[in-house]
Amino acid sequence: MFNKDRWKEILEVLTSNLFRSILTAFGVFWGILILIILLAAGKGFENGVKADFGDIATNTMFIWTRNTSKAHKGLPKGRRFNFKIQDVQSINDNIPNLRFISPRNQLGGFRGANNVVKGLKTGAFNVYGDYPEFINQDPMTITSGRFINHSDINEKRKIAIIGEGVKKSLYDKGEKVIGSYVKIQGVNFMVVGTYKKKSNNGDGEEGQNEIFVPFTAFSQAFNRADNVGWMAITANDGTSITNVKENIVDLLKNNHKVHPDDKRAIGYFDLYEQYNRVESLFGAMGFIAYFVGILVLLSGVIGVSNIMLIVVKERTKEIGIRRALGEDPWSIKLQILMESIFLTIISGMGGITFGALFIYGVNKLLEMNGPVDMFLNPSVSIGVVIGALFILIISGLLAGFIPAQSAIKVRPIDALRTE
Amino acid sequence: MIEIKNLHKSYKMGSNSLHVLKGINFNVEEGELVAIMGSSGSGKSTLLNILGMLDNSDSGEYNLDGVPIKDLNETKAARYRNKFLGFVFQSFNLINYKSAAENVALPLYYQKVGRKERQEKALKYLEQVGLRDWASHLPSELSGGQKQRVAIARALAAEPKVLLADEPTGALDSTTSYEVMDLIQKINDAGNTILVVTHEPDIADMCKRIVHLKDGVIVEDKKIEQVRADQYV
Repeated sequence: MFNKDRWKEILEVLTSNLFRSILTAFGVFWGILILIILLAAGKGFENGVKADFGDIATNTMFIWTRNTSKAHKGLPKGRRFNFKIQDVQSINDNIPNLRFISPRNQLGGFRGANNVVKGLKTGAFNVYGDYPEFINQDPMTITSGRFINHSDINEKRKIAIIGEGVKKSLYDKGEKVIGSYVKIQGVNFMVVGTYKKKSNNGDGEEGQNEIFVPFTAFSQAFNRADNVGWMAITANDGTSITNVKENIVDLLKNNHKVHPDDKRAIGYFDLYEQYNRVESLFGAMGFIAYFVGILVLLSGVIGVSNIMLIVVKERTKEIGIRRALGEDPWSIKLQILMESIFLTIISGMGGITFGALFIYGVNKLLEMNGPVDMFLNPSVSIGVVIGALFILIISGLLAGFIPAQSAIKVRPIDALRTE
Repeated sequence: MIEIKNLHKSYKMGSNSLHVLKGINFNVEEGELVAIMGSSGSGKSTLLNILGMLDNSDSGEYNLDGVPIKDLNETKAARYRNKFLGFVFQSFNLINYKSAAENVALPLYYQKVGRKERQEKALKYLEQVGLRDWASHLPSELSGGQKQRVAIARALAAEPKVLLADEPTGALDSTTSYEVMDLIQKINDAGNTILVVTHEPDIADMCKRIVHLKDGVIVEDKKIEQVRADQYV
């Protein structure tokens, strides 16, 4: 196979009608190019959408209360109720395989009034009362100082971790942040840390404009007693939150004397389900990319097969001569197969290279023009490239198989008679 | 060298079959130069094809250099052809994108002879047919006589037991024909066994023995006084 004469002959045959070889190669080139670009586009879309999920633990649900819609146990419908801090313990005790249960409270909100004061500056920020575990569910980078710890919770310390965005609007450049105080709705909190979030809901700005304080201190300072605004619950890896969410909702309904069939009283958002939906969408997109790409490639391969048949036809006499001179039929078969594979691989490599350059160009363009919504870093993995090469070798073999077979099917005596 | 006993061959032509060879008995000793003559349809080409293992006989025995030739699959036939036989065709049958030297080296390539040795041998045989200086030329750059001489060099390159020539002068004018026959005679003088199929009496006369075929049987088999070709050249 690694025989100089054989390769010389392959090149001689393929270059003897160069234009035809190039046209044939174009079919395969085009097929693999389409495959690569489709896969890269799918990957770019996937990356873009997944970036919107940020680093949030995806096996997570958020759960909150609403008005009841059914009377139950003597309580009227339309009743408002709150989760209590005791619910956390209750969920922990009754539902297995949960990793984090973070009760949360919140001040401010979208376009809220100014609620935070620092010296002469004011700002409107979301303020959250949180437990230390929350940083695992919505990961953030602590850029200085620290996050909330359990001592803060136990001693109800009035401390705050502020976002880089908060720091930018309330502090002068170079001003000392750690150890300073901010006044949140009239209550002073000492800043002990700053954070930065990678990305959140595609809105980087909002994510950096948050302030985290200990849950207990929040409750005390802002009069929330033992109420809980909402909860973020993450299941263990290997357990889907989607499977246990019904149990959690039922438990909470029971705790708060809500009618078991009351669909309205407890609201929740299952991030995992959403994530899975997106995942399966990308699965389908990948499938379509492969399907379309391989079909286009197939038409290219059929083109190669066709040309190889013509080449064999043209060379029937030559093959007859070679066999009369004593060439092994297997050697002739191998020759045709190798020509076919060679043509396929060369053109496929061209397609892969061109596709890679194209992706590189698109990435450069994206870099230059800033991020585009839902599209990020289109790419194909080396695994896909190796897979594509494998597909090429297989298709080259298939393309050459029928022509090779027909090449040795003709008896040398008949081949010699062909004029 | 060649022993043939009661060889039969018929071709199927639709519903009726055409009996081409009807029991040929025929021996060739080493060093002979045999002309097989006959009008078209007499079966001489079929006989040569069977001798050349390009075609199978229906019945009969064929021994080549003591080796029984029967039940050949293509791979085995190819190996035997390469080892025992050299072919010279009427239409030369050179591979037109390969140079003269490469054409001559081809049978050696199939014998898996090393590159360098192949080259040397090819040049040696080209020298023998007087075309050393044309080694790097493509067949399209050679005249008919030169092409046939390259083909003869190619047939010789594998050092076969028997050289089979099917109308070697059929496509050549008489002067070139005599040149080619001169070459064939010289090769025969060196001890090679050669079979020539021809329908030209003057070519047949340059052999040492003439076998006449008619309607699939040998009607005449005689040794003759060889006419040397070099007197015409």
